[in-house]
Amino acid sequence: MFSRGYKTLVTVPPLAWVSVFLLVPYLLMFCYSFWSVSPAQTIIHSWDLHNYKDLLEKPTYWETLLRSMWIAARVMLFSLLLGYPLAYYLSFHAGHRKHLLYQMVIIPLWVSYLVRAYAWKTILGSDGVLNTLLRYVHLTSHPLDFLLYSPFAVVLTLTHIYTPFTILPIYASLEHIPRNLVEASHDLGATPVQTFWKVIFPLSIPGVVAGATFAFVLSLGDFLAPLLLGGPSGIMISNIVVSLFGAAYNWPLGAAISLGMLAIVVSLLFLSERLEKKWSFS
Amino acid sequence: MELFVSSGSAYVTRSRWLRLHAAAVFAFLYLPIVVLILYSFNGQGVGGFPPRNLTLDWYRVLFADAAIWDAVSNSLQVAFAAMAISLAFGIPAALALDRAQFPGKALFRRLVLLPLILPGIITGLSLLMLFNVDIVSAILKLVTGQQLSLLTITLGHGTALISVATTEVFAGLQKLDRAQEEASLDLGANYWQTFWRVTLPNLKLSIIGAALLIFTLSMDEIAVSFFLFGRDNTLPLEIWGRLRRGITPEINAVSAIIFVFSLITIVFWYRLRMRAEGSAEVGAELIEAGTQH
Repeated sequence: MFSRGYKTLVTVPPLAWVSVFLLVPYLLMFCYSFWSVSPAQTIIHSWDLHNYKDLLEKPTYWETLLRSMWIAARVMLFSLLLGYPLAYYLSFHAGHRKHLLYQMVIIPLWVSYLVRAYAWKTILGSDGVLNTLLRYVHLTSHPLDFLLYSPFAVVLTLTHIYTPFTILPIYASLEHIPRNLVEASHDLGATPVQTFWKVIFPLSIPGVVAGATFAFVLSLGDFLAPLLLGGPSGIMISNIVVSLFGAAYNWPLGAAISLGMLAIVVSLLFLSERLEKKWSFS
Repeated sequence: MELFVSSGSAYVTRSRWLRLHAAAVFAFLYLPIVVLILYSFNGQGVGGFPPRNLTLDWYRVLFADAAIWDAVSNSLQVAFAAMAISLAFGIPAALALDRAQFPGKALFRRLVLLPLILPGIITGLSLLMLFNVDIVSAILKLVTGQQLSLLTITLGHGTALISVATTEVFAGLQKLDRAQEEASLDLGANYWQTFWRVTLPNLKLSIIGAALLIFTLSMDEIAVSFFLFGRDNTLPLEIWGRLRRGITPEINAVSAIIFVFSLITIVFWYRLRMRAEGSAEVGAELIEAGTQH
């Protein structure tokens, strides 16, 4: 029903913008990853794989990448453990408080990332709220210094940031479960525990996968929480990229590491898309 | 839920555990925000328990701090301009995805939505590389006098947030009654008139919702801005700069104000989306769009 002119008019401008500001930059990043830097700090446009070789051969890079994936995996796991029961409660038990509580999940989601990371810094520091509280009630006599500037602080803060992101899709998938399926399971003699594991949980897997992917991918690429709260042991792969684009001035190597990250992200998206399709019932 | 009531006390116990868990998660989500606001009134500065000598001094310091207010004004300019860009390209993108067939459509969809899930560092750095290309850098210098400036931050936010505009408007289009547009065309209105008088008014709630969301996200954005800023700071960049030098209750005060503003916008946004969608799953579509490519 829409004319050719209409379709051209709605297609061409966004296509052009997205090509210039998304496609070309990604392609540039791809090109950079093969180039190198001369001793005089200019970019040499020679095409070879030495950046990727560095990435695989120098332990600093792949060890940091593995550590970042381990941090992201813990954030994902904790977000799911905190988020799933809450989403389940909202969908099946919250009654008339549903809307209010759902709004309370959404609010922290859009509250400034920086504000929340900063709040944890003021809580976890050696003169922070938590340490002074523990001394005030005489539980400890000197500050616990593992709280701040550690991978623990990074995992805690990122879990705080990404838990609401996992609740939303899980809740949506729970809400989409036809209630008569649950009723049928009950009528046919299944116990509530059986109903949960055989009916409800399998049908909520697409939401779990979406939430888990979100938490893992966004934690993996984070560099602000590690800079603010991580200390030397909490350094993540993006921090290395930031330094390569700053003081260390090696854009090509930074581009290669970014592309490595992008490859992990895209393959996870591919995998999660497969999983979500496999488990969706509609 | 009444259908579990028959299992009696087991149901009640499970429900109680779930409620306790929910309370604990909410405490975890809100505790830092409460602490932050509380200590913005603490005369002794950040940290220290219990808070004592409640005061408004930090707010007074904040209001006298010109650098912060410059940053606020910069952030507002960026957010409004980014909103204009994302809507100007995000609305047609949603219409194109809904109604047009063209080669590369699947790739286009993936590209537009990718910034929803991509860590900001990748979006920021790839744009930095674009702005570093000789000719692009020459154009930027011609326009603003600098290579990196508020303009480059705006382009970054505008581009990344097209994904939000597209997702929200596309969701609105799914609810749209096609027959209304058909009737308008049959009755002799041209495409342009139909778009302005039928399509757009029907998408009003989705568009206002998207605009609010884009505005809030841009005001808070730091990961992309981090790589694209020049001489002038946005508010998050200004706060970040100060955090690197040490923490002061003045930052708590500005954070408390940001929180109140985010709160108002988000509650307003939620109400709008509820009116448009009618279900309590607001926001989930963004995450689903991000992961279901």
